[in-house]
Amino acid sequence: MPNATALWISSHLAEKIRVHGAETYPHECCGALLGHDSELTRNQADAEHKFQASREVLGLFPLANRNGDSPRNRFMVTAEDVRTAELAAQNQGLEIIGWYHSHPDHPARPSEYDRDHAWPWYSYIIVSVHHGAAEDMTSWRLNDDRQEFSPEGIEIRQHAAI
Amino acid sequence: MAVKIMIPTPLRVYAGKRDSAEFSAVTVGEALSGLTSQFAELRKHLFTEEGKLRAFVNVYLNDEDIRYLAKENTPTKDGDTISIIPSIAGGCSKNAD
Repeated sequence: MPNATALWISSHLAEKIRVHGAETYPHECCGALLGHDSELTRNQADAEHKFQASREVLGLFPLANRNGDSPRNRFMVTAEDVRTAELAAQNQGLEIIGWYHSHPDHPARPSEYDRDHAWPWYSYIIVSVHHGAAEDMTSWRLNDDRQEFSPEGIEIRQHAAI
Repeated sequence: MAVKIMIPTPLRVYAGKRDSAEFSAVTVGEALSGLTSQFAELRKHLFTEEGKLRAFVNVYLNDEDIRYLAKENTPTKDGDTISIIPSIAGGCSKNAD
């Protein structure tokens, strides 16, 4: 994994995640991030910065939280829903590059439970929702050793994604 | 007999960026062993330290979830396809309500 990663998203799609989190409050929302990921040669003359991941969210696939037991502090996307989201991504010429969910009345930081259940490579956006209002939004990627998440910068595009 | 394993996107980085691999195996478990022997870095993402499939790792033989067949002892035949499908879970605190 590159040392520094960034996730690009339009302001419109970022707002849609916030709205989804507010709508499902006090339950957690969840959905798939659809887009592209590519390793671009940033500067071939500079070995330290030779490769940097270029990852952009170009669509969302909101999903129902399938955790019926504890939806206030858990979310679940079943394998069937993952397959449905993958099909939706393929139909748009995109792929699933990550997932988003909300933390109702909790900070936008991954919990131990998040880490224990995370997959590598995916971007995990977390939006914190306090008293029904969406606040901080962060993104994380699981380290190769599964021991912790690394923060991923969110770069907001003010114009619509291409 | 050759069995194809489809590798999900988040794990391809640990499998030489391949989206599938073929192994000679007579059960699903044997095919998965072949996969993690060839690509050792995959093991910790698919199996717990006790050697059990992680709860959020779903394995399908063709279109059947192996949990409803004979799990990892499910027999395979030539030309079968095994798919590893993630399920996604998380939440804001360690303990459920």
